[in-house]
Amino acid sequence: MAETDPERVPVVVVDDLHVTYRVFASGKAARSAKSGILRMTRGIRKVHALKGISFVAYENESIGVIGSNGSGKSTLMRALTGLTPPEAGAVYARSRPNLLGVGAALLPALSGDRNIVLGSLALGYSRYELKGMRQEIGDYAELGDSLDLPMRTYSSGMQARLKFAIAASRAHDILIVDEALAVGDKGFRKKSEARIREIAQDAGTIFLVSHSMQSIRDTCKRTLWINQGVLEMDGPTDDVVSAYEKSKK
Amino acid sequence: MSLSQFAQEHGLPRVGARPPFLSYMAEVWRRREFVITMARYRLRSGFEANRLGIGWVVLRPLLNALIYGTIFGLLQGSSRPPDFAAYVVVGIFLFEFFQGCFNDGSKAIVQNRSLVQSLAFPRITLPLSSIVERLISLGVMLVVLVPILAFFGHYPRWEWLMVVPMLMAFILFSAGIAFITARLTVYVSDLSQLLPFISRILFYSSGVLFDVGRILGDYPWVLKVYDFNPLYQALTMARHYLIDAPAFPLHYWITLPVISVVLFVAGALFFWSAEERYGRD
Repeated sequence: MAETDPERVPVVVVDDLHVTYRVFASGKAARSAKSGILRMTRGIRKVHALKGISFVAYENESIGVIGSNGSGKSTLMRALTGLTPPEAGAVYARSRPNLLGVGAALLPALSGDRNIVLGSLALGYSRYELKGMRQEIGDYAELGDSLDLPMRTYSSGMQARLKFAIAASRAHDILIVDEALAVGDKGFRKKSEARIREIAQDAGTIFLVSHSMQSIRDTCKRTLWINQGVLEMDGPTDDVVSAYEKSKK
Repeated sequence: MSLSQFAQEHGLPRVGARPPFLSYMAEVWRRREFVITMARYRLRSGFEANRLGIGWVVLRPLLNALIYGTIFGLLQGSSRPPDFAAYVVVGIFLFEFFQGCFNDGSKAIVQNRSLVQSLAFPRITLPLSSIVERLISLGVMLVVLVPILAFFGHYPRWEWLMVVPMLMAFILFSAGIAFITARLTVYVSDLSQLLPFISRILFYSSGVLFDVGRILGDYPWVLKVYDFNPLYQALTMARHYLIDAPAFPLHYWITLPVISVVLFVAGALFFWSAEERYGRD
């Protein structure tokens, strides 16, 4: 089990977390599935995305999360928010962590403006609070007239801006930023980095998932290195990042 | 000391844990704005795509009534119920609502996957908003039903108000079904293929287009079963009050609401018990 520090206040406790996906595989991947019954029916394959991760995050910590593509970083972050249910183990947190991430449009058929309204209402804002926010979020995302177009017509950068604007509109106790910085153009990236720092100051705890070692070094004191679903290393950013970079050479 | 004990000691709750049913429902009540707004937006974006817009809410069941009415009217010949046109219109309009709940409920989670995976909120609000969407359509259909019935010689009377409590039970029944299909299609995607057939079987078997008593009169035990089919009960009651169709057994006034309330609560419980798992791919 992970070490615990009795002096500090824990905010997030991850206890032996396992996440598996069941997916339909084809070709070679399907034939390599060993289970007889499953093979008889269809190419269902279990992908063990996280294999027993444990750590404790404390108040006012900013934690970087690194690892190669497909190592399970994003799965871990989604499991932290409770959006991806664990197969075994559990995540405990003082309040529900919020994920600031890049992904598909919320409701692709509806306009950006209506997505703002529905997203905020789903998060539990009242109609009254929404009035001011709607304008603010729209201005922040700088989408101009596109705000009234269906979200499926947006570029991935525009989608990311809007989702970022919605999520960044409130203070968070526990915040997860998943490579959101990488998507916007230069101007927006600067703006969002500044906003994230602002949020990080207010937030109790922040997780930053990134492939940019520079932004990890800038923002985080502690870093987790995830490798093939296992927590490879957990420690001060400098040590972990240099070990990670060494392994890549 | 294990990590879970450590978490407990510091009073950290488990993330994504399913809340108890009543606080879940309280949470849903707090999101009522979301449910209604979602229904309104989806209706509107459906209208905006079509030139006739909201007209389709009425036109679709009307065209259905025209086609099915013609075919079944010809096929049935003299065993047609009296006042056949009004009979079919009432049946099709009410069934349209049930069918809508049934179909949209089955898509509520599946089609909103990216929303479910990016935001945390009680999932039952999604099938609920489909039901609200259908309720708005039902309201429009009922308004249009008044001139249609007048055209066939049935003018508004005080007796029509008896339909209101019956409709409330019917709505609860349809909502319960929507909760159930919403959960089932998430895990058994084969069901999305099967559901259209089930809804068609219900359509043809619930007496939307024919008088069960006349067609199946030779099989009294079948009629006994029909007496407890909530869809048939709802249609029979509506026709009795709206277009003077023959009276129905009085136990409908007890059995329909009881079945509906039980199904509504059971459907909500059934949906809620899988709450933690809806985000899974």
